[in-house]
Amino acid sequence: MAKTILAVDDSASIRQMVAFTLKGAGYEVIQAVDGEDALEKANKHTVNLVLTDINMPRMDGLKLLELLRKLSNYKTVPILMLTTESGDDIKAKGRAAGATGWLVKPFDPKRLLEVIAKVIG
Amino acid sequence: MSNDLEQFYEIFFEESSELLADMEACLLRLDVNSPDLEDLNAIFRAAHSIKGGAGTFGFTDMTETTHMLETLLDKLRKGELEVRSEMVDAFLKAGDVIKHQLAGHRGEGEADPAEAAAVLEELKKLSDETQAPPKQEPSNVQTQTDAPQEKPPVVTNSVPAPETLAKNSYCIEFSKFGLTDAALDNLHNNLKSLGSLQDKTASGEHDVCKLFLATDKSEEDVWETLAFVVDPEKLKIESVAANNAEDKVSQIQAKNNSESVIHDEDEEMSLDKMPPAPGYGFFPDAPAAPREDGSSDLVAKSSNQNADQRQAAKSSAKAAPAAASSEASSIRVSIEKVDQMINLVGELVITQAMLAQTASQFDPVVFEKLHSGMSQLERNTRDLQESVMSIRMMPISFVFSRYPRVVRDLASKLNKRVELKTVGENTELDKGLIEKIADPLTHLVRNSLDHGVETPEKRIAAGKPAQGTITLRAFHQGGSIVIEVSDDGAGLNRAKILAKARERGLPVHDGMTDQEVWLLIFEAGFSTADAVTDVSGRGVGMDVVKRNIQSLGGRIDIESSFGVGTRISIRLPLTLAILDGLSVAVGDQMFIVPLNYIIESLQPTSADIKTVSGNGRVVQVRGEYLPVIALHEIFNLKPNVTSVHEGILVILEAEGHKSALFVDDLVGQHQVVIKSLETNYRRVKGVSGATIMGDGKVALILDTAALVMASQQEMV
Repeated sequence: MAKTILAVDDSASIRQMVAFTLKGAGYEVIQAVDGEDALEKANKHTVNLVLTDINMPRMDGLKLLELLRKLSNYKTVPILMLTTESGDDIKAKGRAAGATGWLVKPFDPKRLLEVIAKVIG
Repeated sequence: MSNDLEQFYEIFFEESSELLADMEACLLRLDVNSPDLEDLNAIFRAAHSIKGGAGTFGFTDMTETTHMLETLLDKLRKGELEVRSEMVDAFLKAGDVIKHQLAGHRGEGEADPAEAAAVLEELKKLSDETQAPPKQEPSNVQTQTDAPQEKPPVVTNSVPAPETLAKNSYCIEFSKFGLTDAALDNLHNNLKSLGSLQDKTASGEHDVCKLFLATDKSEEDVWETLAFVVDPEKLKIESVAANNAEDKVSQIQAKNNSESVIHDEDEEMSLDKMPPAPGYGFFPDAPAAPREDGSSDLVAKSSNQNADQRQAAKSSAKAAPAAASSEASSIRVSIEKVDQMINLVGELVITQAMLAQTASQFDPVVFEKLHSGMSQLERNTRDLQESVMSIRMMPISFVFSRYPRVVRDLASKLNKRVELKTVGENTELDKGLIEKIADPLTHLVRNSLDHGVETPEKRIAAGKPAQGTITLRAFHQGGSIVIEVSDDGAGLNRAKILAKARERGLPVHDGMTDQEVWLLIFEAGFSTADAVTDVSGRGVGMDVVKRNIQSLGGRIDIESSFGVGTRISIRLPLTLAILDGLSVAVGDQMFIVPLNYIIESLQPTSADIKTVSGNGRVVQVRGEYLPVIALHEIFNLKPNVTSVHEGILVILEAEGHKSALFVDDLVGQHQVVIKSLETNYRRVKGVSGATIMGDGKVALILDTAALVMASQQEMV
């Protein structure tokens, strides 16, 4: 069965590009527009990996991370932060919130797939 | 892959325009004295999102501008800088620049690099005025993937390593716990191969190893050498300037003194660590971090756990109720798809009507089920039609939101103080209308500002507050949407308009009603402005406004009171795709008269009909003489009735004029789906479109306004 990835980004272009790239590589993709949306969708579906933006309206990626990690079935699901913020500060915060790793935007689709393959194979 | 990206350009363009609009709206409502943090955050997010997208799609110019914007905004939202009105101006300008750059990438014109450079310079200046240490250089925009950001975050104290081959010096500190002598030796040798290595471990330290390394290699190389052997959590690499490196090392040394202790082979602690690779990284102890080759038991264990958890996730996901009500989430669909759907639903409505007509011939008692099925189908079709139409509906805020900027810019240009109020921004109307109403509305707003609202001095002299108010209001009334532009300015000057009209040779007289006088300003080339400004008053505009509104099936009215203000209201049909119409029969033909033009219908007595000078006929309705339009004459049909008093007169009103339409019979009221006659056939005078009736026949939709105007001209 294809692995399912939850892609969270408030920017439709980025989100759809991510989804397109991932689908092309044979993953199932669920899209969410912000943290709240993602949390809801994470509850409804079984997800093998979460790819989330940090800076989003309503609920940001850090809060999402924190809340996801509180869910019993998301304790060990890999969560990657997809962010333009490359400072150590944000990474430290992401790490504290339970992120598995990070990936800076802008990224190229090849690298995205590479990183994801490393995490969920 | 780059070709694949192109299909997302359009989404990015649309999204960026929306973000820019949001940003502008936030900027305009930003109170410089007490800025709302939420607004600042929203503006920051918008800039940030655009930057992210622009970077991904390779629009470097946009990335640069948004980055600078973001830098300054970040300082503002963190309170490092105070918001000042110059900043808001600069932000607005930057927004314009990004807009132009966006248009450039869309292939709609060219961005001016000089303009962008000027704004960048301005933003940079504002941003540098902080007391706080200057942030990273704007030119760093595209270097996010460069070395400094790629360090795994566990290296908390490190300073970016220069990419150059110049000698770098590093203080390396790591825990020896879990390392064999052999492994340590190996490590030492590996590091030596990179450059000159000095062991600075104090004699008393038993679990820490401190090294000083001078090398040509970058920090990443050093990291890579170490990361496979040493627990990255306990590894610290600090880049030091060569001259004080020694000092630092000795400082560290001074703090610790212990003896190194050798441990048994115990690889468990060496959690896998990704060597830093461009633009991403994993936190070594994080849940579900990826395994490298030769992964430790611990990792294997955690990944087993992982699998268990996933299993658990699956089962619990099944059990989990659909939690949390779904809140506003939306998808982006191209307008063509929606239009296609509307068309198909239109066809469905016609098919349903056809079926209904056929079914009505069957005995309702015998075919009871058929009839109840038909009425169900009718309900469902109607609901479907309504919901499909609602997809095209957009709140008028899409148009209103552009005016705060227009008013702001214009008011400062004209040295007027004006506040813009908007009411009913959530009123919805068809997307097609939204796009077409924007320009006429802009004309009206500019006119109100230029001609309506007076200068502060004049206003104070007239006993009004110095600040004028322009109100934009939208609301639904019946099947129409009404949009009003009102101001509390000087009002229209009747005498001036009449004088101007005479000057232009228009047929005017003093006995005209105010309403008639006001309508004169919609005449082509009419302007009462004393001086032509570059804002308005060149006499083009109002006539164009009126034409545009009329072409949308709307009408425009003016109310004005001298010295008090002016209100211009536009009345538009809710949608361009469906029309409420009255079907009328002439001979064997059916015509649709748009309902919003109809005042009443009546059966005249022969005494009411008067023939005037030859072929013209008028009918007297409540003391008013109205020209009679005989539909069969216009379309050259054979009517069932030829004398007016045997037929029906439908009284129409368009552009303030009334006429009576003479038809054989009224058939019924319908909601009809408008089909363009022009695209399917050709333009026909007096006809604005066509529709397909329930029986499958085509009925023409009358261009009521044109018919009324033509009849009025015959009268004159």
